[in-house]
Amino acid sequence: MAMTARQRARVSLYVQAAIFVVAIAALVLATDWKTMATNVFNFGKIGPMFPDIFLVGLKNTLIYTFLGFVVGLSGGLLLALMKLSSFPLYRWIATGYIEFFRGIPALLVFIAFGYGVPLAFGVQWNVTIIVMISLGIVASAYIAETLRAGLQAVPKGQLEAARSLGMPQWRAMVTIVIPQAFKIVLPPLTNEVILLTKDSSLIYVLGLTASQYELTKFGRDGISSLGAGLTPLLVAGAFYLVVTIPLSLLARKFESRSARTKR
Amino acid sequence: MNDVVNSTAVHAAGVDITDLRKSYGSNEVLKGINLTVKPGEVVCLIGPSGSGKSTLLRCVNLLEQPNQGSIHVGGFEATDPDVDIDRMRRKVGMVFQQFNLFPHLNALRNCSIAQTKVLKRSQAEADKVSLHNLERVGLGHLADRFPDQLSGGQQQRVAIARALSMNPELMLFDEPTSALDPETVGDVLSVMRNLAKEGMTMLVVTHEMGFAREVADRVVFMDGGVVVEEGVAEQVIGSPAQPRTKEFLRRVLDPTHIEIEE
Ligand SMILES: Nc1ncnc2c1ncn2[C@@H]1O[C@H](COP(=O)(O)OP(=O)(O)OP(=O)(O)O)[C@@H](O)[C@H]1O
Ligand SMILES: [Mg+2]
Repeated sequence: MAMTARQRARVSLYVQAAIFVVAIAALVLATDWKTMATNVFNFGKIGPMFPDIFLVGLKNTLIYTFLGFVVGLSGGLLLALMKLSSFPLYRWIATGYIEFFRGIPALLVFIAFGYGVPLAFGVQWNVTIIVMISLGIVASAYIAETLRAGLQAVPKGQLEAARSLGMPQWRAMVTIVIPQAFKIVLPPLTNEVILLTKDSSLIYVLGLTASQYELTKFGRDGISSLGAGLTPLLVAGAFYLVVTIPLSLLARKFESRSARTKR
Repeated sequence: MNDVVNSTAVHAAGVDITDLRKSYGSNEVLKGINLTVKPGEVVCLIGPSGSGKSTLLRCVNLLEQPNQGSIHVGGFEATDPDVDIDRMRRKVGMVFQQFNLFPHLNALRNCSIAQTKVLKRSQAEADKVSLHNLERVGLGHLADRFPDQLSGGQQQRVAIARALSMNPELMLFDEPTSALDPETVGDVLSVMRNLAKEGMTMLVVTHEMGFAREVADRVVFMDGGVVVEEGVAEQVIGSPAQPRTKEFLRRVLDPTHIEIEE
């Protein structure tokens, strides 16, 4: 008995659904639900995390991310312009910086700044400053590449038209090229913010005082103090999603908007 | 303020090009060009693709750096290494084949942005000048449109208004109608014709032989990086002396022309 293409597609869909259901069922059966209830989904015991995980943890995560992004955006713009410079030394410096900081784990940068700087210079920086600089250093390497691509996506005729009107190079960049490049990079830049939000969790390696805790630190603390197993991490994770999912939707909105109109 | 807006009488500058040479790597594109455009004169530059017309035009406002020779524009010596490029360029308007309007600014802001940032005119004054020039090209009513809301011909006319808003003393046009739909070519050409009548110095790369014949004081035919023939339009286009000019014009004026061996 021969099947039409449509019938074959429908059977294939049923088979896929069946495999999916069986896999879920196997997972559910294999799980030790009693342990899970006390160690992962033990929401009855997480009361003490509130409202501080919200008022302190979320707030600090947002502050650290924002500061890191501001430093990363300024540094990234500078590096991107250096990388496009006609002066070779600038290009080499920018390339070296970008490859180095994209190539090492962000965690190492935090450790280097948190513990290396006080040892090297005998100064004890405020945690907020360490976070701002080290997140900014890592972010600027990634953002530089994004911005460079955006600047190069602006047609060469734009710069030529601006220069022909008597604008100096810097003025043409600031007034004509960078605003257009910025619109192009808005979606990838939003994605950088998402990555940065998650990278801000790495500051747990620094010695933090309670008022400096961010979401992950709250989660880790909860594990040792609440006796609810890993449940506090689940709560912290949920707070990250509260931040990152809207950002992701925003990035997609920027994307569809720039696809619809070049302006 | 009022002289900026109301004067249609143009303060015109001339161009003097002597033995200009330009190479890209080992490819010599301009092989010793001599060309003079007197103040108020309209010169059309014609020639086959790749002959160096755009390169010559772009050398005049230093979008390309010449290798040798000298270029005088108005009171400036473009080829002097110490020349203030930005001040020189204010006197030289440039119109591109691809318009190159700023897509993030509306027509009015396209015209006013360099006035406020470069000439330091107030926004109100710059807007007034811009509107005046948009009206001059017949687009005063579309001042708040963005480039992607305008037809090709309208965009090119905004580009001309943008250049005029800097009160240039010389206008360079690089095939301003080549990227346009046939029905909008006429509007752009008539704007250029009016500009010529007002006494603007114009150096125009074009394939519009009718326009060159009617408007140009002189026509220059280039081929292979040299000026092959130049003279009054009627002579160069009507009865060219050089065989290369004849051959080129035959192909431009009758694109379907097929060479038949006799
Ligand atoms: N930036 C560049 N780098 C290398 N070669 C170039 C560059 N610009 C132009 N050329 C070369 O210079 C020669 C002249 O180019 P140009 O654009 O001046 O010609 P044109 O007369 O304007 O031609 P068209 O009518 O096609 O516009 C061509 O052979 C071209 O390949
Ligand atoms: Mg050309």
